[in-house]
Order: sequence, then structure tokens, then C-alpha cells
Amino acid sequence: MDENGAERDEYDDLNPLYVIWEEPDGSHGGSMRFLPTTGRTMVNEHFGDLMSGPITSPLIWECTRFCLTRGAGSHVAAALMLGGGEVMQNFGVEHFVGVFDARMVRIYRMIGASPEVLGSTGSGREQISVGLWHFDDRDAALVAERAGVSQHLSRQWFDRAFGTTNVVDFARSA
Amino acid sequence: MVSVITAMQPLEHIMEELEQAEGLEALQAATEALCDHYGIDHVVYHWVDSVGGQYGCGTYSDVWRARYLELNYVRVDPVILGCFQRFHPVDWKRLDWSSKAAKSFQAEAIEYGVGNQGYSVPIRGPNGQFALFTVSHSCNDTWWADWTEAHRRDLILIAHYFNQKALEFEPDRKPEQSQALSPREVDSITLLAMGYSRAQVADTLSISEHTLRVYIESARFKLGAMNTTHAVARALSRGLIVV
Repeated sequence: MDENGAERDEYDDLNPLYVIWEEPDGSHGGSMRFLPTTGRTMVNEHFGDLMSGPITSPLIWECTRFCLTRGAGSHVAAALMLGGGEVMQNFGVEHFVGVFDARMVRIYRMIGASPEVLGSTGSGREQISVGLWHFDDRDAALVAERAGVSQHLSRQWFDRAFGTTNVVDFARSA
Repeated sequence: MVSVITAMQPLEHIMEELEQAEGLEALQAATEALCDHYGIDHVVYHWVDSVGGQYGCGTYSDVWRARYLELNYVRVDPVILGCFQRFHPVDWKRLDWSSKAAKSFQAEAIEYGVGNQGYSVPIRGPNGQFALFTVSHSCNDTWWADWTEAHRRDLILIAHYFNQKALEFEPDRKPEQSQALSPREVDSITLLAMGYSRAQVADTLSISEHTLRVYIESARFKLGAMNTTHAVARALSRGLIVV
């Protein structure tokens, strides 16, 4: 934690990808972090014993630090998941492997995006788990509905962040 | 299960040749074989180090390669600049071609036969190592979108396998053990090698088929394989599993 209340860990030095929900007033509503498992990841370095690791593939990304600002509705959690789905579909990612605490289990269930738990440590509120997410068209439709964001709009947001594939015509512009 | 070893698909064959590679010539041959296999214009592997040094192999013409080096296009090329900031694959259309320098570079690249379409996979190795694996072609947007969608997962894997080979060629590189399979990965691949279906393997290991897919995916990558059959064959031939 720095003086501005910003929290960082060693994995933030690896230039990870964040999906962020921005509130209408510009403040942070929630976020989650992605890193490919071909490099250093929190699951492989700290939670390997919970999942028979290491898991390594450019088609499997780690998803960690899922967080919601206090008071953020479950639609924010759903919208973040929808963003995760865009990442999967657009970057050819097959699976997410993630670390989450007991508090998140209920939230994931509420938005219809429960992970498959590979292993857990601790109990009650202190329980920490490693789980897998898989995301197909049906899951996308479900979280889009819970988020109140159409899939068309989420694709537009993705394109705005990563560039679109249908504006420039190379052949003509050349 | 002898059939899994003998029935090698064309792509697996190319990757076997790559696995045996002992120099850049073999990487070059693999780029040419991949072009033929996919029926696309170009396949290129391009290593760029932090001080601007570069090498690689691929099917671009010699004149284009010479021109690229001579004019130091590595400092202009939006593909290089864009991929430096990413760790995910990118269609060239998503990159920033808006500057005057980028536009004229693009026009020239097309003139030299690079193609009007491209898709690049950035790869990061140890100690900030950076390389790109690129496929490019001349075709319309729809054809390219369909083709990349159909093949991008293979391309991502191939990109990493090229890079692992290139890293092996580094002179001061310490010999590195190929990544060990985890116990669950060994179990999964062993049962598949014994002829179990995925459902049977999942049932035997008391895991879901989805979880099984993750272990197989990870094992496939560690083994440098293109698909499950290929992964089983490699695990057997390396003696990593006993059936």
C-alpha cells in the first residue's frame, strides 16, 4: 500500500492486464487482474500445493485480485466477468485459473460464474481456494444479463481498449 | 496405442522437425513448411533484444529483410511497437497505423509482398527476452478473420515452441530441464495413453472433465505438443509415462 491507498504486489511489476469497472463519477467500482501462466504467477508460486501445479500454458491465464469497491452492486462483479469473457474470446484463452477467498464464493454464485474449485486451504471466512473458470456463449449471455450490459456494448468497450479490426482497410489505405 | 505414435498429422510432423532443430536453418525450414501447410504467404519468427539487436527467420523476401534492417524499421514498425506493450496475440488491424511514418512503412511492406493482413504473437522469455511470431497474407478481411479465428490457438502454441528453440541456441544459456509434468498431468496423460476416454479419465481421477482439460492443456504445452494425441506420443517417447 502506498500513501495514495494504491495497493500493489510484485506481480504488478510484470505489466499485467487489468479489467476495471469505472463508476459514472470516474471512480473505481471493481477490477480483476490477468497474467498468462507462461510467466510468473501467484497461483504457481504460492498456491501450487492446492492444485497439483504448476499449470503452464499460453492458453491458460491466471485471474487474481478480483475486488469490488465497498457498496458496489453485484452487476459490477458480473460486468467484470463479462470483461474476462471478452479477454478469453478475443485472445484465444481457453481457461482462467484463479485464487479467491471465501467471501467471493457467494458473489461468483450470484452472478452465475462459479469456478470449479481445485483445492482450498483454511476454513470459514479464512478459506482461500484455487479454482478454474471456463466461459462459453451461454455463460457470456448470463453474466451480460446480470451485468445489465449487452454483449454488443462489451465488445465495443473491448475494441476501444485494444483497437478495432474493422475500421482500417489496409489494401485500400495502401 | 501404437497407432498414436505412427499416425502423425502434417502439423505434428513440422513440430517434430522443429523439436529436433539444432540451428537457425531448421527454424527457417519450419517457417517454410508452415506456410505450405496453411497455404498462407508468410510465417516469420523475429527476436528483438532490448538494445535493438535482432535476428530471426521466415519467408519474407531477402530484399524486404535487407531494407527493413538498413532503414532500421524496427523503430517504426507498429507491429513491433505494439507488441512490446502486449502479451496477447494481435491482429495487425488493431495496431496504431495512424502516424505518417507507419503509413508509409505499411505501403512499402505491402509493395514488398508482406501482405495486407497480419497476426502476431508476442512472446516473453527469461530476463526480458522478447520475440514475435507472425503470420501474414494477402486476402480480404472476412477470410482473414475466419482463418485467424480457426488457427490462433495453434499459432500461439507454435509461437512459444519457436521461441523455446531459439532460446536453446543462446550461447551462454545454461541447459534447462524441460518442464516437469505435475503428478496430475502424469496421471491424466497416462490414462489417455491407456486408451481411456476423457470421461473415464475424469471419473478415475475424481475430477470434472473441465478440470481434466486444464491438466491436459498444461501438459500439452510442457511437452511442446500440438494436440492431445501428440502430447501422449511425446510423453511416451520421452519416457515420462509408463503404460
